[in-house]
Amino acid sequence: MPMQIGEKDFKQRVTSGIADDFMRGAVRSAQTRLQGKRKDAADELGDWEEWRTLGSEIRRHTIEHLDYYLHQLSEKVAELGGHVFFAETGEEANQYIQQIAKRKHAKKIAKSKSMVTEEISMNQALEEIDCEVVETDLGEYILQIDDHDPPSHIVAPALHKNKEQIRDVFKEKLAYLKSEKPEELALFAREKLREEFLAADIGITGCNFAVAESGSFALVTNEGNARMVSTLPKTQITVMGMERIVPGWEELDIVVSLLTRAAVGQKLTSYITALTGPKKDGEADGPEEFHLVIVDNGRSKILGTEFQEALHCIRCAACINVCPVYRHVGGHAYGSIYPGPIGAVLSPLLSDYDEYKELPYASSLCGACTEVCPVKIPLHEQLIMHRRQIVEDEKKTTLSERVAMRGFEQIVNSGNLYRTATKMAPLLTTPFAKNKVITKGPGPLKHWTHARDFPQPVTERFRDWFEKRGEQNGKR
Amino acid sequence: MDALRNGAYRMKVSLFVTCLGDMFYVNAGKAAVELLEHLGCIVDFPRTQTCCGQPAYNSGYHKETIDVAKHLIETFEESAYVVGISGSCVYMIHEYVHLFEEGSEWQQRAQRLKNKTYELTQFIVEELQIDDVGAHFDGVATYHTSCHMTRLLGVKEAPLRLLENVQGLTMVDLPNCHDCCGFGGTFSVKMSDISEQMVDEKVAHIEETKANLLLGADSSCLMNIGGRLSRHNSSVEVKHVAEILNSRGDG
Repeated sequence: MPMQIGEKDFKQRVTSGIADDFMRGAVRSAQTRLQGKRKDAADELGDWEEWRTLGSEIRRHTIEHLDYYLHQLSEKVAELGGHVFFAETGEEANQYIQQIAKRKHAKKIAKSKSMVTEEISMNQALEEIDCEVVETDLGEYILQIDDHDPPSHIVAPALHKNKEQIRDVFKEKLAYLKSEKPEELALFAREKLREEFLAADIGITGCNFAVAESGSFALVTNEGNARMVSTLPKTQITVMGMERIVPGWEELDIVVSLLTRAAVGQKLTSYITALTGPKKDGEADGPEEFHLVIVDNGRSKILGTEFQEALHCIRCAACINVCPVYRHVGGHAYGSIYPGPIGAVLSPLLSDYDEYKELPYASSLCGACTEVCPVKIPLHEQLIMHRRQIVEDEKKTTLSERVAMRGFEQIVNSGNLYRTATKMAPLLTTPFAKNKVITKGPGPLKHWTHARDFPQPVTERFRDWFEKRGEQNGKR
Repeated sequence: MDALRNGAYRMKVSLFVTCLGDMFYVNAGKAAVELLEHLGCIVDFPRTQTCCGQPAYNSGYHKETIDVAKHLIETFEESAYVVGISGSCVYMIHEYVHLFEEGSEWQQRAQRLKNKTYELTQFIVEELQIDDVGAHFDGVATYHTSCHMTRLLGVKEAPLRLLENVQGLTMVDLPNCHDCCGFGGTFSVKMSDISEQMVDEKVAHIEETKANLLLGADSSCLMNIGGRLSRHNSSVEVKHVAEILNSRGDG
């Protein structure tokens, strides 16, 4: 599976995440900063909840009429002289892109940040036909230089690295001589990248939002690299996930505001680039040839299911930035290029439960993600839906869990059985308790008591007290 | 409040003590009964009550949860008000409506239960319209805002407002109070490694406050945080808000 990153075993990935103090420090400080900025940017609007409602309605409407808007977009792009390719799978998308590269005898390809190209492993496909692909987003560039370290965050891909680590990567791989100051690091990368833009035969961009009514593509960056990628090379390819589309410019205005505020706490990013078709006669800038690759890769099978709202996602990562699980394990532990709460929802949908069966359980269901989602995706509820599917349709839970849940149901459904069980509990736990505290529990309690004490059930339950009190009051 | 005390208007309340309240944290339930009576309510305890079904629901065992929900709906059918001492379990009861077919009789019964079911502090502030329960407790405390109670049930202010009016009690803010304590039901066992990190962070923030008391309105979170504090041999005491609100200066 191309989406898959890191070790195969989930537990192992979690263990290495927890043990990585550098990563955890970097993630903690990034989360704190981004949470604060997001909140300020949301509060500043004064009516953030109304914005969220509007955003959620736009996304709902668009996804419910996705076929209509994709058709409109394709027609517009063709009208403008662009080429449209609809790829059902990642392989189909890669083959099409490889064909263009071969036809153009492309040696160097400059690329702006795009999660969907990570999802389909496009870089690898291009490298297989001997193209050099250069990532031009600073975060992605760092990761590429660092022997293709996978992204750990969908907006800030190198979030798991601190500035000292980045300095060391540059030093080791690019003979960098200066300090770990972000300005110096950025300036160095900028000089390197400038040469790459000018030498590139093809520019490849992702797509934050396609605008159906005009056949345009909006790219949101803080570095301006998407603008360079889409203006300098003669051939441009834009790769978009099938759902990344809005009906018109009015809707774009709203979702871009939600995106930049929720993602990085900015009113707008430094650059918002909108591209409309290839260069026309008499125009000075822009590519001579434009290709749009629309990637399905499992998305249409989500349409019409109870998970459809997952397609509303605008990839702002606000859910990732507030997630306490993500904070402690980091992005790589999820094993998918889509980490955090949205990754836990999306990865099993785009792939399957065999690959990502643990992810729906990697949440305490605290709902912090749902609370911040700018388009109101009920993320924690979707995780519960996954769990229900795993239990009911996939029958993929362990026998011991099924037996335990069956027992739970029978006990709590019968007042008598429940009363007997709670009466017995103190006696049954006595062998494990010391001064009414269990420090080394049996069965599932073993995991609990690894880090915490567990109270021993009381001998006089609340119900016993209440009954006795009633009798005494009656006598009085 | 005087009118309530004088018995001019006595609300009948059924206490939903929750399984943890019945088996582990009996003091919270006892305090809730005495507090509600002090505020003029008549409290009963329907004996057939069991668990809200959350462990099954959150694990994806929804067929099993439906049976549990029906049992509790029947248990409280005759109650005028149901008051629970755990925000998370009260929210679970509110979720029952989504378990049944749209427009079905069971859904209507679930809706009726939802309409009359409150978390304790929510009931006192919203229904009894009381902000000061006349409590007195000497100490410095911090409060854990449990996720399901604040985010899902939507009760944020009520417990804090009541606690602010407790004589002798100094409340200090808990840094990063919005973060989950790492309980999450079966999460704490299934993903115990991650849960451990979360509760550790919570405990560190509690210790930062220098409070000698941790308060909360959800026994499950308190069991989790309390268990970790106890393992650390921490001197911070853990109590349910009901116990403080029922104090009259002798504690």
